[in-house]
Amino acid sequence: MDFPVFHLDFLGNRMLVAGIAVLHVFVNHPFAVGAMPLVAALEWSGWRRGDAGWDRLAYRILTVCFVVTTTVGALTGVGIWFATSLVNPAAIGSLIRVFFFAWFAEWLVFVTEVLCIMAYYLTWKPMAGRKGLHVALGAALAVASWVTMAIITAILGFMMDPGSWLERTSFLSGVFNPIYLPQLAFRTPLAMVAAGLLALFLAYFFTRGDDDLRRRAVRWLSLWSLAWLAPAAAGALWYWRAIPAWMAGNLPVALGTQRFAAWYDQLLVVLGVMVAAVLLTTLAGALLPRRLPRVALLVPFALTLVLLGSFERVREFIRKPYVVGEYMYANGVRVADLPLLKEEGILRHSAWARVRDITDANRPAAGAEVFRLACTRCHTASGVNSVFDRLTGLYGAGDWDRETVKYYLLGMHTARPYMPPFPGTDVEAGALADYLVTAQRSHEPVPGAQDVGLDGPAPAGGEV
Amino acid sequence: MDPMPIPRDFLLPLPAAEGDLELALVVLFLAHILLVNLMLGGALLTLAAEVRGLTRPAYDRLARTIAATVTVNKSLAVVLGVGPLLAINALYGLWFYTANALTGRAWILLVPLIASAFLLLYLHKYTWDALAGRKGLHLAIGAAGTLLLLAAPLVFLANVNLMLFPGRWGEVRGFLSAVALANVLPRYLHFLLASLAVAALFLAGWLCRRGFDFAAELPGLDRVAVKRELLGVALGATAAQLLAGPLVLLTLPPHGLSWLLLGNLAVAIAFAAAALVLLWRESGIEGPLGPRFWLVVVLLGGTVGLMGLGRHLYREQALTPHRELVAAHTADFRAASLGAEMRLAAGTPRLGPGETAASPGEKIFRASCMACHDVETKRVGPPLREIAGIYAGNPDGLIAWVKAPGRKRAGYPEMPPITMQPPQYEAVAAYILDEVFATPSESG
Ligand code: HEC
Ligand code: HEC
Repeated sequence: MDFPVFHLDFLGNRMLVAGIAVLHVFVNHPFAVGAMPLVAALEWSGWRRGDAGWDRLAYRILTVCFVVTTTVGALTGVGIWFATSLVNPAAIGSLIRVFFFAWFAEWLVFVTEVLCIMAYYLTWKPMAGRKGLHVALGAALAVASWVTMAIITAILGFMMDPGSWLERTSFLSGVFNPIYLPQLAFRTPLAMVAAGLLALFLAYFFTRGDDDLRRRAVRWLSLWSLAWLAPAAAGALWYWRAIPAWMAGNLPVALGTQRFAAWYDQLLVVLGVMVAAVLLTTLAGALLPRRLPRVALLVPFALTLVLLGSFERVREFIRKPYVVGEYMYANGVRVADLPLLKEEGILRHSAWARVRDITDANRPAAGAEVFRLACTRCHTASGVNSVFDRLTGLYGAGDWDRETVKYYLLGMHTARPYMPPFPGTDVEAGALADYLVTAQRSHEPVPGAQDVGLDGPAPAGGEV
Repeated sequence: MDPMPIPRDFLLPLPAAEGDLELALVVLFLAHILLVNLMLGGALLTLAAEVRGLTRPAYDRLARTIAATVTVNKSLAVVLGVGPLLAINALYGLWFYTANALTGRAWILLVPLIASAFLLLYLHKYTWDALAGRKGLHLAIGAAGTLLLLAAPLVFLANVNLMLFPGRWGEVRGFLSAVALANVLPRYLHFLLASLAVAALFLAGWLCRRGFDFAAELPGLDRVAVKRELLGVALGATAAQLLAGPLVLLTLPPHGLSWLLLGNLAVAIAFAAAALVLLWRESGIEGPLGPRFWLVVVLLGGTVGLMGLGRHLYREQALTPHRELVAAHTADFRAASLGAEMRLAAGTPRLGPGETAASPGEKIFRASCMACHDVETKRVGPPLREIAGIYAGNPDGLIAWVKAPGRKRAGYPEMPPITMQPPQYEAVAAYILDEVFATPSESG
């Protein structure tokens, strides 16, 4: 409402944020949070036994992690922020006001982390004579990586359930929100397992031609992953229990989509099978490292990425309709402002609205504007989760009835609890219905402010 | 549409005193930009040295030594960018995010752009030996990484420039039109020259430092000659600022200018002029790096610091009028929002034109059921006439259905379960069974 509406009509805005966030987790958990303690432990174990081949393996794994985390990892981390400030500036702006110091502290740790990884990686060879000190450096790096994640998890948890912050609005009550510790207890061992599987995957390439090293590495890395699987399961259980009931109701749609919600149980089974596959491979790797077929080193890592991805998708989804639990809806409307918007209208209170007053002549154009403000954070006109496809699912392919659509809008939050209440007057709901009915056949894409700024072509149906 | 959008601010207090945040912004930004200068200037000088290395192989080693500094500097440049970004988000979020959205495509492309630049620079660094026989390819990789890196500051500059001019927001149509606003390209030029100068000065100090065994590390090169070349680059780039600086000042929209700012700039320019003279003399000397060099570093550091302060003074001056409008608008909105919340709590919300007061049950029906149920005709679900017939005298049966609907009619989709508070179920059941058909039906 207070910002020009950035909008990607094909991909959808959610996809942009989710894509960058998932990529970041793919890098951060296995390559940093999990990998740094793993490499330090590997290095220590090689040093104790005076095993040069082992040391080289650890160094090679670190090289990959170093390159990936200081490029894709660092940039996607900042990228989540960039994408959210495009897609939901009102939310990120509010979060920064509450969490400035958490982010600031996180930044200081992040600086430490980068300094440590530079030092750890770049001095691996020069410090060959002082291994003890070098391993300690690795341990410091591991701690820094973990603390960065621990702080960010506080912010993520807060976005799902602000707990007592809503009443007390203080910094600490925001940080120690009810979901925080369970989520952290889940993420930490999960990252360790993921790193173990990543290292198995890499070891496949880095131990070519040395069967003995491969056998020992496979056993060591399998044991590492296996050891972390149990805490991961316990963490998952605790986390599951901490999710508020109203959010758990969103789980079926979160894992699949509306259409696949009925397959929820089957999806859970698939996830279970994947966990079992990881368990079995690591068990086999620990007991019979020589027998483990080569693909077995590659598949579990891919499976973990899928698991991590679905976990993030669920996390993103189940906090709907809110972007900051119970404080702000996904479309940037503060919960507290809803009564005013219902009385006076969202158009009137939007600095960037191109239409302010609804007349008989401009109803569809005004409705398109309402659509941009109220729906485009989650829907597109012509692409992913298109509102026209959704309405077709509801009312069929025949001509829709304007009144029916209008009343659907006024009750959309009760029909679908993951959608926010309609944030405007009845007249605006009518205008939006006019737009939806007028554009039913054309699905004209809705342009975003990044392309057309304040004006551009009249929104679909503007000529009526 | 208003000529200048007046948004409202976030309705939450600033996380720290405004002055502290401003101080943090200025200081942290300087640290960041220095490393960006080192990274960009370093990448350019690496390329230049490698090209010279084609004819004089000793320079190839120099290029490698410079590239090693870029590895560290570029990672630090990114992490150190987060701090000032945080401060600018807290202080100027409203203006900054607006600029981000208006240049959205370029803004989000920064992420893959910088990541690819870094990956290419790593590739360049780690294939130095492997591609020794294919120098053309190797140079092309380095050049591609550097070019991508050069694009990033332009995006940032377009944003921090656009955020200062709410009066121009209405004209912007995408990133290119934001770059075309006066001042962006001159500032970019100013920044590139500074990068060259900073990186050259740093390398002169770095390669001539005491613990560095020049003859062993860079065989075939003469320390004094390299020093003079690097100082020559710094001198040339700084002298070119005599042209670029005034260009920036002249293209700066006047509404952010103040006497304080001009005074501040005058001192900065005096520092730079003194540094130029000293550089000129130092680069002519046939000996090792003298103490004069450190004086140059201090003077230019002062210039950079004062320029950073100047940026801030300009930003504050330029934004003040708009910020006051925003503050007034925010206060009005907050009061109106509270009023509406209290009216709602008191049960007396204002009605829009054409709305009539409704009973609690009717309100719930409108909000939660009317999308699918009409009074007399089939919508998505059956009409109320039919429902009232089935459940006459049995509100509990109706409520049980709403909580957990089953599948009943062929040719109808499934009704979703509807979650409400217990009294709401009772109210809506009472409305359907007792109210609608008690009076002549008026809704439809
Ligand atoms: C918080 C994000 C969000 C917002 C904001 C939002 N929706 Fe939705 N909406 C969804 C999701 C998620 C679905 C289910 C998509 C699926 O099937 O996977 C949905 C489904 C729908 C459906 C189909 C419902 C059904 O029962 O099948 C319609 C119609 C719809 N939305 C219209 C709108 C309109 C109009 C707006 C703006 C006034 C809006 N939505 C705002 C997230 C949102
Ligand atoms: C998304 C559309 C939708 C909404 C919203 C909806 N219904 Fe329904 N309703 C249906 C459909 C479809 C049927 C027919 C289902 C069937 O027969 O299988 C139905 C059937 C019914 C029936 C008939 C049950 C029977 O025994 O025949 C009742 C009663 C009913 N709805 C009440 C309500 C109430 C009360 C609300 C609001 C609180 C509501 N519905 C909201 C779609 C909806």
